[in-house]
Amino acid sequence: MKVFHGKSVFSGTAIGTIRVYKKGEQQVKRIRIEDTESEIKRYRKATQAAQGQLKKLYEKAVKEVGEANAAIFEIHQVMLEDGDYQDSIENMICTQNVNAEYAVAQTADNFARMFSAMEDEYMRERAADVKDISERLLTVLHGVDETNMHTASPAIIVADDLAPSETVQLNKDMVLSFVTVHGSLNSHTAILARTMGIPALVCAPLPLDETIDGKYAAVDGTNGVIYVDPDKETLERMRKKKEEEKKRAELLLTLKGKENITLDGHKIMLYANIGSMKDLAAVLENDAGGIGLFRSEFIYLENDRFPTEEEQFAIYRFVAQTMAGKRVIIRTLDIGADKSCDYFQLEKEENPAMGLRAIRICLTRPEIFKTQLRALYRASAFGKIAIMYPMITSLEEIRKIKEIAAQVKDELESQGIRYNEPEQGIMIETPAAVMISDLLAEEVDFFSIGTNDLTQYTLAVDRQNMALDEFYDPHHPAVLRMISMVVDHAHKAGIWAGICGELGSDTSLTKEFLAMGVDELSVSPGSILPIRQIVLQTDAGAYRAGLEAGCYRNKDTQ
Amino acid sequence: MKEFRYVITDPEGIHARPAGELVKTAKAFSSSIKLSKDKTEADCKKIFGIMGLAVKQGNEIILTFDGEDEEAAYEAVSRFMKENM
Repeated sequence: MKVFHGKSVFSGTAIGTIRVYKKGEQQVKRIRIEDTESEIKRYRKATQAAQGQLKKLYEKAVKEVGEANAAIFEIHQVMLEDGDYQDSIENMICTQNVNAEYAVAQTADNFARMFSAMEDEYMRERAADVKDISERLLTVLHGVDETNMHTASPAIIVADDLAPSETVQLNKDMVLSFVTVHGSLNSHTAILARTMGIPALVCAPLPLDETIDGKYAAVDGTNGVIYVDPDKETLERMRKKKEEEKKRAELLLTLKGKENITLDGHKIMLYANIGSMKDLAAVLENDAGGIGLFRSEFIYLENDRFPTEEEQFAIYRFVAQTMAGKRVIIRTLDIGADKSCDYFQLEKEENPAMGLRAIRICLTRPEIFKTQLRALYRASAFGKIAIMYPMITSLEEIRKIKEIAAQVKDELESQGIRYNEPEQGIMIETPAAVMISDLLAEEVDFFSIGTNDLTQYTLAVDRQNMALDEFYDPHHPAVLRMISMVVDHAHKAGIWAGICGELGSDTSLTKEFLAMGVDELSVSPGSILPIRQIVLQTDAGAYRAGLEAGCYRNKDTQ
Repeated sequence: MKEFRYVITDPEGIHARPAGELVKTAKAFSSSIKLSKDKTEADCKKIFGIMGLAVKQGNEIILTFDGEDEEAAYEAVSRFMKENM
């Protein structure tokens, strides 16, 4: 057994035979042409055919990976029609009496070299686009099939690198996985693979020769490993993993794309909680309607210094773009209590759960807060970002947040930096916030209830203290009453309220929440479909009517 | 002949996608439309030339329009810039 490690582009398991894919190395010969006029006609006809292919590819890509990701094929069409590129090819045919293939190859080289020589890294990479369109032309001129990537039976495709067009052209039924020696996690190809849901690795240093071609292999997309000639034990483990994935995929198939709507027509938003970028694949895979809680503190915890505005901006923008217009709720820095970070140089506290944490740090050290807000406002121009502030206890805090946010906006405006104003929400996780939620609701766009802290503060039970486990009861009527109260207050003010704490994924309470009128549940990606299943089978009105006395409600409202 | 000066605000500058859209917009007109940055000029109807300028956020560009429909071209292209770049 040989083991190769790469970077995982998309999780999932694949077991099958490897097929090494080498680009059809187009041998271009220089041939002397007498009838240059008809050679130019041949070139123009090839351009037309290539345009036709790109149009089809664009349509296929729009359906499979969405318009934003498909745009590359539209750009390729514009590139094929570039006047300089066309003139260069036609001139070469005329003045040097050469065949169209040779003229295309030479022109491609020249243009690619121009891009490769540019200082700008992004533009340097565009040399790949020039090569991609030119290879397409050459294939048409050669009169061969569009790609040699068709395999007779499903296989694990191993290649040096794959162009976006090659990735989309893959017949999905015939590709178990793809593994490339080069490429990067954020390359266009990686993004396409992710949206197509194919287990894939990049940067896996495999030898592209007969030592692996045709070999049996297993790809572990979750951990970024490919096992060539796996031993019995590994194979067994991978088969099991695949079996579990299959079961989940079947559930997904019956539930994917369905609305989260109860039998009596109550709609609910099912969002995902994420703690790092790695979770994004699972968010898409499980058909989340958005991200309900993006714990931004990982950006701080992974660093040994304050992350810069640019670093944060890049992350938020990436998430916003990946979610393509779906709501992404980013919680501002929630550090302190059990999450500490040396470079913040926070004083040691007697009772950190009730100490200087979350929004309290942000308001006492506005320079840290402002950097994050700037990054969020800027990223907001690239998708539907919402900001959520943790640990709110008073109206005064909201007033201060608004003041700082207004400063951030003014600065961006005067610096001419592109931004967008995100929705503003707060976490309801203190009893104080619950009690004044009617007033808070007038000030913000949404509520998200953090049940973990709310339970700890309401029941006066330290959740870090294992000895108190039996007293930590998130089903306590006090907690449920609070949730119900928050939802009512939100609705009276015309805003929505959701739950992003652990309790949201407690399926024994899903019906209860629906009966209360909770608008959103944000849960770990794996919990989305099981909850959707319950939602689809619940009659919220009938459930509410059937509730027995003695539950969390006030007796007089029964 | 008309001229339009503009400072790019988009953080990514004129990358491949907007370059493609700019070319499409420009091609709808018969007038000659040029884009220049730091005295280097490119034809707005040719994508490789536009990309070759590597226009970034904060760069000032000058667009010139010359021809029969320069008025309409000016309108369309300057609107595209303001809305997208």
